[in-house]
Amino acid sequence: MNFYAIKAIYISEMKRFFRTIAQSFISPVLSTSLYFVVFGTAIGSRINEVDGVSYGAFIVPGLIMLTVMTQATSNAAFGIYFPKFIGTIYEVLSAPISFLEIIIGYVGAAATKALFIGLVILGTSYFFVDLTILHPLTMIAFLLLTCLSFSLLGFIIGIWAGNFEQLQLIPLLVITPLVFLGGSFYSISMLPPIWQTITMFNPVVYLVSGFRWAFFGVSDVPITISLLAIAGFTLACLAIIGWIFKTGYKIKN
Amino acid sequence: MPAIVTIRDLSKVYDGGFEALKHVNLEIEAGEILALLGPNGAGKTTLISIICGMVNASSGAVSVAGHDIVTSFRAARSQIGLVPQEITLEPFEKVIDTVNFSRGLFGKPADDALVEKILCQLSLWERRDARVNELSGGMKRRVLIAKALSHEPRVLFLDEPTAGVDVELRKDMWDVVRELQADGVTIILTTHYIEEAEAIADRVGVINAGSILLVKDKAELMTQMGRKELRIELQVPPEAVPESLSSYDLRIEDGALIYTYDTNAERTGITKLLAALSDAGLVMKDVSTRQSSLEEIFVTLVEDAS
Repeated sequence: MNFYAIKAIYISEMKRFFRTIAQSFISPVLSTSLYFVVFGTAIGSRINEVDGVSYGAFIVPGLIMLTVMTQATSNAAFGIYFPKFIGTIYEVLSAPISFLEIIIGYVGAAATKALFIGLVILGTSYFFVDLTILHPLTMIAFLLLTCLSFSLLGFIIGIWAGNFEQLQLIPLLVITPLVFLGGSFYSISMLPPIWQTITMFNPVVYLVSGFRWAFFGVSDVPITISLLAIAGFTLACLAIIGWIFKTGYKIKN
Repeated sequence: MPAIVTIRDLSKVYDGGFEALKHVNLEIEAGEILALLGPNGAGKTTLISIICGMVNASSGAVSVAGHDIVTSFRAARSQIGLVPQEITLEPFEKVIDTVNFSRGLFGKPADDALVEKILCQLSLWERRDARVNELSGGMKRRVLIAKALSHEPRVLFLDEPTAGVDVELRKDMWDVVRELQADGVTIILTTHYIEEAEAIADRVGVINAGSILLVKDKAELMTQMGRKELRIELQVPPEAVPESLSSYDLRIEDGALIYTYDTNAERTGITKLLAALSDAGLVMKDVSTRQSSLEEIFVTLVEDAS
């Protein structure tokens, strides 16, 4: 294992993150605060408790998931797309490192950034709502797995993307709607029966539900199914990445 | 000299069907400077890209210091440094950071003293904390070289290292290349500039349309392929080649007689020609010779091949 290479990629990616720390930090804090003001205070004050939890607190796990998923995906996608775009990928490809090490470096950095932002949002939410986390270890495990699996997805998108438009396409057109429709701001049980069934096809439901269970002990789907879902998603992403590197898809001709 | 890079029957067909390399065989000797000359699209960059691991070969094998580039890619690649043709650097990174990054990427622990030495050698030490986008084009090219040298490679590939570089900087680069050779690094450079090959290479390889046309010692190549011209200026510039000299391969250029001969021939015919000139009563004012350049040799080779 070429640990120096993993470290080099990881540190280089993290430095990029810290070069734009104000933007990386302020943007999620600001948007989370806006969500709390709009959903938590303005609309939430007219909504009774959901599953025994105040509405303001109820949306916290969903809000964290929304940001973590989009940030993990776009950070990882950009992280590998940028060297492809400016041509510096040549160095990574010509270095004595395996594809696994490349992934650990890039995906590890993207997941770290997303985790950092997720924790910042969690911290911000304490300013707006009273929050007690019932299962903190499960919460951290879920957060870590989400950061990791969506960074893997982002990595795939970054390899696949041929231009900046495609880079933004999936985070904007797929992930954001799935998160909004995945029970981030409401309980699935609040939907009409037909929509409850349709919603079950949305993979994000399982993540938000499991994550919420870690906070409040209530969920739309059993926690084990949520864990299986995210583990399955992670494995699927790993399998695709394995194929990409085996074939050299969009990297090596 | 033992071979440090061995290329056997290497072919590359791109997805679109373009055949970039056709059964290339080449041995690069340890410690030499080999210049690969060839027109655009000849296959130079494809060849380098395969050796360095950026492009997969369609068939054939390459080994670097005895390590196969596919089965022992770690051992093979750790011997290689690559300076790409295009200036590809992350614009917002600091010079020292990008060089340290390269060293780490090649599996080497940080070595501040070595990085300082390399940056000093390339006159970059003063600018080590500058961001890449603050540097001039020439400086960026040096950064690329510093990155390639950061992990102490034994083989260095320079893909068109002086394209778009001014004359002064080009000479500086040549000095750097010679210093590296003195340190025992094997250097393979591709170039459009024949004068570059002529100035620094030990051997010259000519590649065209995916095939290596020849690889020869530079001096030997120039002697072997070289045709020499004898220029004879006469007291009275002739208007035509005198009748009595018609048996010689002579032409008139700017009022002087030009005699072309082969340096490798058993007899060059110079003595006889000069005697004939004297017999014809022609008085010579000046005599000079000129050897054809590598450029002319190259053009002849490529034209013959196509």
